[in-house]
Amino acid sequence: MNFLHIFALARKEFLALMRDKRSRIIIIVPPILQLFIFGFAATYDLNDVPVAVYNEDSGGASREMLARIEGSPHFSVLHEISNDDEIAPLIDNRKVLLVIRLDQRFSANLQRGDPAPLQLIIDGRNSNTAMTALNYLRDVVLDFNREWQREHGQTGPPVKLEMRAWYNENLQSQWFIVPGIVGSLMLVVTLLVTTLSVAREREQGTFDQLLVTPLRPVEILIGKAIPGIVIGLLEATLIILLMVWFFDIPLRGSIPALYLGILLFLVATVGVGLMISSICVTQQQAILGAFLFIVPAVILSGFTTPIANMPEVVQWLTYLDPLRYFLVIVRGVTLEGDGFALLLHQFWPMAIIGAVTLVLAAWLFRHRMS
Amino acid sequence: MRASLRRLWGMIRKESLQILRDPSSISIAFIMPVVLLLLFGYGVSLDAKNIPLGIVIEQPDTAAQSLAGAFDRSEFFHPQRFAAIQEAQQALIERRIDGILWLRNDFSSRLLSGDEAPIGVFVNGVDSNQANITKGYIQGTWLAWLQHFSAARGRALDLPVSMEQRVWFNPALSSHLFLVPGLIAIIMTMIGSLLTAMVVAREWERGTMEALMVTPLRMGEMLIGKLIPYFMLGMGGMLLSVAMALFLFNVPLLSPIWLLMLCSALFMLVSLAIGLLISIVTRNQFLAGQVALVVSFLPSFLLSGFLFDIHSMPGWVQTITYLVPARYFVAILQTLFLAGPVWPVVLANAGAMLFMLLILATLVVKKSYKRLD
Repeated sequence: MNFLHIFALARKEFLALMRDKRSRIIIIVPPILQLFIFGFAATYDLNDVPVAVYNEDSGGASREMLARIEGSPHFSVLHEISNDDEIAPLIDNRKVLLVIRLDQRFSANLQRGDPAPLQLIIDGRNSNTAMTALNYLRDVVLDFNREWQREHGQTGPPVKLEMRAWYNENLQSQWFIVPGIVGSLMLVVTLLVTTLSVAREREQGTFDQLLVTPLRPVEILIGKAIPGIVIGLLEATLIILLMVWFFDIPLRGSIPALYLGILLFLVATVGVGLMISSICVTQQQAILGAFLFIVPAVILSGFTTPIANMPEVVQWLTYLDPLRYFLVIVRGVTLEGDGFALLLHQFWPMAIIGAVTLVLAAWLFRHRMS
Repeated sequence: MRASLRRLWGMIRKESLQILRDPSSISIAFIMPVVLLLLFGYGVSLDAKNIPLGIVIEQPDTAAQSLAGAFDRSEFFHPQRFAAIQEAQQALIERRIDGILWLRNDFSSRLLSGDEAPIGVFVNGVDSNQANITKGYIQGTWLAWLQHFSAARGRALDLPVSMEQRVWFNPALSSHLFLVPGLIAIIMTMIGSLLTAMVVAREWERGTMEALMVTPLRMGEMLIGKLIPYFMLGMGGMLLSVAMALFLFNVPLLSPIWLLMLCSALFMLVSLAIGLLISIVTRNQFLAGQVALVVSFLPSFLLSGFLFDIHSMPGWVQTITYLVPARYFVAILQTLFLAGPVWPVVLANAGAMLFMLLILATLVVKKSYKRLD
């Protein structure tokens, strides 16, 4: 193996990539744009859920209850209705997510110590939104109950829950999603850069010219792998800086561990990219191939929905996905404050994926050339 | 008129043959929907079950055991016992469990003396949505146990206000009932915008577009002739997706199928127009693929209300979502499948798509006069 050969090829790759204005823009602008748009858009938190109130009670307790709901940042009361017939149109047309109904005896029942139900009708079309809204409302009701019982000298429920969330103390979606965006953006950029660098030369016929140079196939492979890894490293650094400075995501753990994770993830991704490009002949096939890997890899990685909720067979599939391990590392280092020891079991699977895909890619290259 | 129709027919035939002979287009239209629906349908779920929960009971007596038993029996939890809180916390740190329920050794004595007995609950908050759901399930299980516990001791549980909820359209709150209909929008976006953009861009790149220009074919005929085969391809993919949603994922369709087809056809036209516009502007496969990915696929995934609630996004992001056609189609799909034909929702969103279609069509026609450069 001749390092000078590899260096020369890698240099040529960088120049080819950087000279082309379009590739330059595509490496830098879309990822940053996506970080900002998706960093703000992708949230499971609910603010200002539109609510309609149907209050048949004139007592003080119902007003107190409603004031608490209105005071919560999660709800905003848009309509006050006084008729059963008004409920269906509001919910069907998505004017409100939730109708809260207090019947005539709400305050009276409460005073007498009888059960006073808060009747809720909720739009379940988006089940997650409905469930989250109900959870927020349950917190409001439990607070109300506690206060009411204290003021009226009643004993509360015999057992109470003291809840605490670790790592993401205020349970903000952004803290979960933004580190995930780092991983998926790195995957997209690195994979496209690597796959297309080979496919373009194939389509233009310059790959054959590379083959008649003194470069050996392994040297070509490594030379083609280096730009993806270097660009991925720079891109990762940029996005992580933005994540910490702009989105205020904490970086509590070991930065060397994070970078070891980044490096292994990039090697695995580049391996996959080279494997795809050794199969594809045209650029179109290469883009489709990259896409056919990216979509499942992002979905099965636990980026937006938990792996634990998937059926078992699908969960086995996720073990082949390098992004799965990398997301644990990014979230571990940023939020959980992890170091090398706790992340050990995320490092070695990526190393194996990288080694296997690179060897396969080398074999495919040689196989195709002969 | 007749000559025009004959030219159009020739163009459609040529395009159809081209699609039929290129296995990659057919596979995108028919294999990709199947793969994607299976992948999303099974892979994307927000329904937590068997949450690994650590339970620490410092003093195992009847009350503590009965509370822990309530968690053992719940389908939402997969409890594990730990002898000491430190062990459980270590397991939480190592991500072996997602939450801890901690009954301290004075739990029962405080419970029996009428004092408020506290239970310590820790959840891993990294995945905030999952943590919220876990919190909700823990509270639910706790409330049910309280009721049972009070009833067993001969008095009703004293809860001043209780929630009585009725969930419309999706009473079991299962997430695949809203994710699977939304997926149809994503799959159609991919066929309509991504595939069309790349295939037409390839013609520009290879110069076959110029070959078409020297024929007597008019520009309008050329565009329509190009679109019809891809339109059929996209509608085929859509029907396949609907069939899978109904029969594989058991999503109910509470509206007449013709209405669904009509709205889908409108959305398909909008996607095709976007794909065509991208190919005309870029005239390059690599760029067309990239642009289609960034302006059509990712927004329809993240900004359409398919997964994330639009209402909770910051104002400026909400403004951007009005430019995403999938936003209107996802609203129609979720309503048509789960709620039935609610005309104000259907008409308002279909109107918005029609408006987009007119603007896009004008742009396509303006940008695509016959020219060589």
